[in-house]
Amino acid sequence: MSEEEKYILQVKDLHTSFFTDNGEVQAVNGVNFNLKAGETMGIVGESGSGKSVTAYSIMQILAETGRVTQGEVLFNGENILKWPEKKLQKFRGEKISIIFQDPMTSLNPVFSIGWQLIEAIRLHTNKTKKEAWDRAVEMLTLVGVNEPEARMKQYPFELSGGMRQRIMIAMSLCCEPDVLIADEPTTALDVTIQAQILELMKDLQKRLGMAIIIVTHDLGVIASMCDEIMVMYGGRVCERGSADDIFYRPAHEYTKGLLRSIPRADNMKEKLIPIGGTPINMLNLPQGCAFCPRCANAMEICLREKPDEIKVGEGHRAACFMNVKEAFEEKEEA
Amino acid sequence: MAEEKNLVEVSHLKQYFPVSQGFHKIPLKAVDDVSFTIKPGETLGLVGESGCGKTTVGRSLLQLYKPTAGRIVFDGDVLFDSGEQYDANGEVICGEDGKPVIKNPVKVNMLPYRKRMQMVFQDPYSSLDPRMTVEDIIGEPLDVHHLYKNKKERREKILDLMATVGLNAEHAMRYAHEFSGGQRQRIGIARALAVNPDFIVCDEPVSALDVSIQAQVINMFEDLQDKLGLAYLFIAHDLLVVHHISDRIAVMYLGHLMEIADADELNDNPIHPYTLSLLSAVPIPDPETARHSHRIVLEGDVPSPLKMPTGCPFRTRCRYATEQCAAERPILTDRGNGHMVACFNK
Repeated sequence: MSEEEKYILQVKDLHTSFFTDNGEVQAVNGVNFNLKAGETMGIVGESGSGKSVTAYSIMQILAETGRVTQGEVLFNGENILKWPEKKLQKFRGEKISIIFQDPMTSLNPVFSIGWQLIEAIRLHTNKTKKEAWDRAVEMLTLVGVNEPEARMKQYPFELSGGMRQRIMIAMSLCCEPDVLIADEPTTALDVTIQAQILELMKDLQKRLGMAIIIVTHDLGVIASMCDEIMVMYGGRVCERGSADDIFYRPAHEYTKGLLRSIPRADNMKEKLIPIGGTPINMLNLPQGCAFCPRCANAMEICLREKPDEIKVGEGHRAACFMNVKEAFEEKEEA
Repeated sequence: MAEEKNLVEVSHLKQYFPVSQGFHKIPLKAVDDVSFTIKPGETLGLVGESGCGKTTVGRSLLQLYKPTAGRIVFDGDVLFDSGEQYDANGEVICGEDGKPVIKNPVKVNMLPYRKRMQMVFQDPYSSLDPRMTVEDIIGEPLDVHHLYKNKKERREKILDLMATVGLNAEHAMRYAHEFSGGQRQRIGIARALAVNPDFIVCDEPVSALDVSIQAQVINMFEDLQDKLGLAYLFIAHDLLVVHHISDRIAVMYLGHLMEIADADELNDNPIHPYTLSLLSAVPIPDPETARHSHRIVLEGDVPSPLKMPTGCPFRTRCRYATEQCAAERPILTDRGNGHMVACFNK
């Protein structure tokens, strides 16, 4: 098997823009990544970093004003951006599924849970209504919903947030997709419910063997769930590596700042060190590194040029000029 | 040295909201018999899941709601007292007719006290009037309490406050929508500080903010406390943030306090089964710890506050629950060093 075929999902130089009245917003600027089957990847970043837009671009569910302007999304080697809508409809849900952030609004309030699950199943398979019903009950049992038969007849408003998120997970997994994208799956939930959902996702991954992409701003969720982590800022990847690389050997100034600014077990008595400034305005991207206006160690070159990803360790890359600072200094001296 | 006086004393606070169910009105017990104290310059963290009544405690304390029962004392002055009497076991003393004995109920005019107790709200997007400039938002409490002699003094005070929270003077004439979340929260804090209070209820002040901005606001709260000697009731659901900022932490579940202790003590040595599972559920931003930690995953959801379980509110999800837990409600008892726990089995 060649190197390329190993990956179930590959994103190559993805650019996504939104065309608004105020001009073009370049939400994603050249994102690359490869995902192996059965792997868990985390995309972390704050609001406006382009992490959700990356996920939506893969699913091709961008808002009307949004368009992928450049790049490829390869699923098993095929570029899905070239597929017609009919083929995409088949692809969504069957091959790749998504769970949204807000379980309160992502279910349809006027149809029963059962109706919505059966719709999803029958859209992708040739099952009869009876078979689809059985399959739906089976899925609800799998995600730990108690009394699944009774739940099938209930409506979303009758259920709690955690229960609704379980139903969303059941719905997205009912066709056994190869990749599950979870866009802030637990942000709207309480910590105890969040723990339930995260454990459930881990458990389901073991049983069904799908790859998971978790999109979140919560470094805690990322640390406990992911093999590979990608840190995004201003629509670009600033750092990628294993969980240990990111948390113990951060190489990008943004990652370092982020880790310093969150309360952890070992800095409870100390002052937090915040990242200065305000989050980036995507309408007005700086010419150089997107993080440079907030970076304490910004150099002259950071203002002028966008840094490329540089290898800083095995499987660990960062887009920051600080890592090649010595090389620059030598060049300037010479 | 004599024990330092409490700034805030809340005892047996109850806040019920009537809810219509068909033709009947039944009480939703948002807060049921909560007691705690806060010393001057101290931060009490209040944690719990959504719907457990932590925001209601803050609001009842400031009497934005009229409490159903209880007693609130601020700096020695009784602000509210419904007049019920309690025996040593925390039971209401009833008269011969079976109704509670009411002695000397108190309800004071809050206006003079609003100068001393303020609130910072959760959502910086909806807690600022979109039609007012920043200057007017921060100036409004000054107007209400007549805290300036002339226009010039008002403006000086406002600019002072803006500098305190790290806003530039040129922001004064702008409207709230022109600011980012972090900056709006600063405006909200400046507004609370305008009357020079002793005590601020902070209701989830950082949860709507981005991670990189949270630290700025947390640091500001801590700096202001050092500088002005403020006491906080810091309500939040993020346990790491609460642990970082608080001196003591109170854990709430379904309108009841489960455990109060020193922040480090609670974190290192939690006693109540609910606190244990709450702490173990927090995702730790450290892969090594995450690999070795064992989550105590709670089964099921929080029961509806309209169908409160009998006895201990947590018993339906507690693995230590016994018959006693269903029969009677545990009250907070001291386990040494002011570590109070409401549990029969631990």
